[in-house]
Amino acid sequence: MSKDLICLSGCSMAFDDVVVLDNVNLNIKDKEFLTLLGPSGCGKTTTLRIIGGFQTPTSGDIMFDGVRINDVPPHKRTINTVFQKYALFPHLNVYENIAFGLRIPKPGPDGKKVSLPEEEIDRRVMEMLEVVNLKGFEKRRVSQLSGGQQQRVAIARALVNRPKVLLLDEPLGALDLKLRKDMQNELKRIQQAMEITFVYVTHDQEEALAMSDTVVVMDGGRIQQIGTPEDIYNEPQNAFVADFIGESNIIDGIMRSDGVVEIFNRRFACLDKGFDKDEAVDVVIRPEDVDIVPEDQGQLKGTVTNVTFKGMQYDIIVDFYGFKWLIQTTDLSPVGSRIGIKIDPDGIHVMKKSEYSGMFGDYSSYSEEYEEIGDVSIEPDEEESGDEE
Amino acid sequence: MKNKLSGFAVPYVIWMALFVVVPILIMVMYAFTTSDFYATAENFSRMGAYLSVFVRSFRLAVIATLVCLLIGYPMAYVMAKEGPGFQRMAMALIMLPMWMNFLLRTYSWMSILENNGLINQLFDRIGLFDLINHIGLAVASEPDKYIPITHFQMIGTSGAVVLGMVYNYLPFMILPIYSVIVKLDGSLLEAAHDLGASSVTVFRKVILPLSLPGVLSGVTMVFVPSVSTFAISRLLGGGTQMMLGDLIEQQFLGGAYNPHLGAAISMVMMVIVVVCMVVMNNFGEGEEQAVML
Repeated sequence: MSKDLICLSGCSMAFDDVVVLDNVNLNIKDKEFLTLLGPSGCGKTTTLRIIGGFQTPTSGDIMFDGVRINDVPPHKRTINTVFQKYALFPHLNVYENIAFGLRIPKPGPDGKKVSLPEEEIDRRVMEMLEVVNLKGFEKRRVSQLSGGQQQRVAIARALVNRPKVLLLDEPLGALDLKLRKDMQNELKRIQQAMEITFVYVTHDQEEALAMSDTVVVMDGGRIQQIGTPEDIYNEPQNAFVADFIGESNIIDGIMRSDGVVEIFNRRFACLDKGFDKDEAVDVVIRPEDVDIVPEDQGQLKGTVTNVTFKGMQYDIIVDFYGFKWLIQTTDLSPVGSRIGIKIDPDGIHVMKKSEYSGMFGDYSSYSEEYEEIGDVSIEPDEEESGDEE
Repeated sequence: MKNKLSGFAVPYVIWMALFVVVPILIMVMYAFTTSDFYATAENFSRMGAYLSVFVRSFRLAVIATLVCLLIGYPMAYVMAKEGPGFQRMAMALIMLPMWMNFLLRTYSWMSILENNGLINQLFDRIGLFDLINHIGLAVASEPDKYIPITHFQMIGTSGAVVLGMVYNYLPFMILPIYSVIVKLDGSLLEAAHDLGASSVTVFRKVILPLSLPGVLSGVTMVFVPSVSTFAISRLLGGGTQMMLGDLIEQQFLGGAYNPHLGAAISMVMMVIVVVCMVVMNNFGEGEEQAVML
């Protein structure tokens, strides 16, 4: 892919001794769609604000196109932001909101500030209204627009300045599910059509997987993993990433040799290599990678303790020797029945032990945990900025 | 409209009717009658003689309002931008004088501004007048005719009246502007910066227009009492700065006893003020709607 446009090297940030960013190193390539993903207070918004220029890192450097920009104020960066609650100007109509940036005189080639001619402003505003599907709304007050329309005005207002990078801070958080899905496609389309770099902040893992070229998973002010959506999902680096992205059963295991891992005293074939002999590891098994077989044919045998109908599949909880697994299956196994399971080698993913080991991946408190996960994807992440400021 | 608790509003309605609506009706009746209570418009035609008082009242009130705005807006802005500690302290300093009676405060300005008041005494002590007289004598073309000065004339000038108005009414300018600016969404300012605006541009294009509703109510709350004041102009104007309030008072209590003329002047003043306010509020309506968002 193309060259690096933005580089954060060793960026740390502390507010009154509270460390919100801890030695973040991140390279953002030109024209890529990069998502910062993590729970509330993980430092993703702070990272975005450092790129936007609203905060200066306590230590470390931020480079833009090879130039250090730690001390360049926001209005001198060729970066624009779509704010979490849109921050549209209530005293201006849609047209004037979008034209706001264009009406500010910019230094020309000779260093003197020049204003754009009115026809040019008009042409570009109209062009943007077309891109975001808001033709005919020019004269509306922003208070007369729906959430989705305000959202699109905010995007148009940022993009009309032709930034090299667009920063988006949970832009879809306040929209309902259906509209959010539409806007995801819309954003991806705009990003590809205009060929600019998007840096997107969200706590919604589905959104991140669906839209991004690169996903950066963050927690506790540190980057946990950087990779493509497939990498992040299939090859999580630690228990936190495995748990945060999708559903995971995370089990203690021992690596007996390359390609052989032992769980519950049984040996399973896997594809992972490069661990020490008999090294203790975390093993991730995704609920959809488990095949249910008759009890006598199973590699492991357990009892079904809970069944939830999810539409496309059943989520069943199975008790294996006291450890509860989540398995997704299209075949109903009633509560109380004994089943066996089989796992293919590519369904097993082995990770090194980390500080997160033992914190996630057990479904013994299944019902409560599920509620929590459900909440996160619906509620906008309002506390975040407050937490970090 | 019909509310279970609406009965509790009755005392207020009666109060308003008795002490606001009825007096206005009486004023209107007096304005259009002679002392024998014959209908007439003569009270209004006689008012031309007092044109200079009208002009002075509005001129001083406009000046006082502008000065309040020039001092009050930056003060309100700084207060809104500073931390809570500064805000509490500034608020206390603004409210403190208001705990004391308005007339007493104005009297205290008299003793400060008088010819042998605090300021002139101070200047005398430090030898400022001696110095001026010295120089004056030296540069005077006819030293014999040079009259040495003993004080600065401050009391009895229009400046003193404006000072009194500004001093008394400044809080009414600061508070509404402060409360609007302090509620401005910080992300709007960040968005403006983000779109390329320097701090000056952010102020001009975002903060100023969005704080206009506060400015409008501040202007109203300073201008209306200023234009109708009579105590300030009497005490600090020393009788030379007659304003509408003084004129009206004279017609009711003073030597020029003529309540019918007084009522007519009051009515005209009220109408002018109401028209001013309506025009201003219409001008600001769009903004206010915007801030409701």
